[in-house]
Amino acid sequence: MSDTLLEVDDLRVTFPTRTGLVQAVRGVSFSLGRERLGIVGESGSGKSQTGRAIMGLTPPQAEVSAKKLAFDGMDLLSISPRERRALRGNRIAMILQDPKYSLDPVMTIGRQIVETLRTHEKVSRAEARERALAMLQAVQIRDPARVFDLYPHEVSGGMGQRAMIAMMLVTGPELMIADEPTSALDVTVQLDVLNILDKLVAERGMGLIFISHDLRLVSSFCDRVVVMYAGKVVEQIKASELRDAQHPYTRGLLNCMPRIGFERHPLPVLDRKPEWAA
Amino acid sequence: MTACIAVEGLEVVFDRFRALKGVSLEVREGESYGLVGESGSGKSTLLRAITGLAPVSSGTITVNGKRLGKTRDKALYREVQMVFQDPYGSLHPRQTVDRLLQEPLAIHGMADGEKRIERALDEVGLGKGFRFRYAHQLSGGQRQRVAIARALILEPSVLLLDEPTSALDASVQAEVLNLLEEVRRRRKLTFLMVSHDLAIITHMCERLMVMQNGEAVETLTASQLIGHRVSADYTRNLLRASEGFVRV
Repeated sequence: MSDTLLEVDDLRVTFPTRTGLVQAVRGVSFSLGRERLGIVGESGSGKSQTGRAIMGLTPPQAEVSAKKLAFDGMDLLSISPRERRALRGNRIAMILQDPKYSLDPVMTIGRQIVETLRTHEKVSRAEARERALAMLQAVQIRDPARVFDLYPHEVSGGMGQRAMIAMMLVTGPELMIADEPTSALDVTVQLDVLNILDKLVAERGMGLIFISHDLRLVSSFCDRVVVMYAGKVVEQIKASELRDAQHPYTRGLLNCMPRIGFERHPLPVLDRKPEWAA
Repeated sequence: MTACIAVEGLEVVFDRFRALKGVSLEVREGESYGLVGESGSGKSTLLRAITGLAPVSSGTITVNGKRLGKTRDKALYREVQMVFQDPYGSLHPRQTVDRLLQEPLAIHGMADGEKRIERALDEVGLGKGFRFRYAHQLSGGQRQRVAIARALILEPSVLLLDEPTSALDASVQAEVLNLLEEVRRRRKLTFLMVSHDLAIITHMCERLMVMQNGEAVETLTASQLIGHRVSADYTRNLLRASEGFVRV
């Protein structure tokens, strides 16, 4: 974990709105090696915008600023859009929440994977096909040749998300950002997809940023957890030490979910303090 | 204890797809009953069939001793109200909260609208200040509270809850679940609640039915589930999945 892959210092994302500027991300700092980092928060906490800013997918009207936003020593904010494009999908990849919306509906799954690969590497059609099929195999799709020719609407959510993971991994990225990769899936399928993701990340020694609203899921999957509230990091903690979390927000989040075998009526609710957002 | 909702051999068919394949269940008066299963298991379809939103092709549904016919009469909806999953989709975007709450009162010709609306908003923990707002001016949790107020304003005895908190953040979910428990206790309501989350169902319900592919897998009490005394493999899988990710 010695080499730092990504360094984020004082990241801010500001959106202009009719009622003035809204800061969605307000000074987020963390660094990432070849490890699994979870970013957790509720809707509106800025967790997704943090991921998108790293990926370079912030909407054009918004402004991104940071003291430092560096990937492998490269300053992401000063490089040209062209260089940024070369990184995106190649060395930095992103998995989105819902395969129903994030896959191209009028292109077969195989063609989409091949397209990603051929955008970034000079490979022949035949070789690209071979590698796409091998990748589909790696995400435990049983009949890759059949799935290769299917359209996204012809596969289930779990299969679609595996195809998405295959597409993102085919270029062999060093950093993977997964934004709620399993929230749209059924619980039983969720675990399959997480297992696949876990294995591939470990095998390839990638850095992973796992963005989710589910603190318990993230803590079981990641090495380290960054907890965000109102655009800020309120706590950074090792996943194994989550039980000793200091911040009342983190503890509240852990506490407020019903658990099987722990009867609590009524459930404890979060008592939001204005100073958390200060 | 009499059966409040009795469903016998219910079949729902969309074109050629059998969404429900002969499901039976019995919910006692004052009970909170849960339906669990993954998407496509037919749990929501069952609720929708009771309210007349899904076509029943065979089987019977009895509510409070009355057998439901092909069409539902108005009286049923005084007794049975439904809260939907997505509070962003279930509230009219161009109506104020006040107008939203007046609609059911107007349909059923209930007097005293003014007072009822105030009381309903109070009951769900929204003050008078929310009365003339639009849905887009409310947060997800507040919207779901309005949806619950709209269901309660007719003073029903049964609430059908279709994933009432799955679109909400965990902390807001806790607030809405607490609210539901509280109104149930105060009004002695019967709940039939759908969720994909076993933890929520065991928290809210005394008995539950596990569903898969339009069929009942098994019926359990909450304490059987907590004690892992289940017989079907599918339920065991669900239980394991609800414990979170474990690295192998």
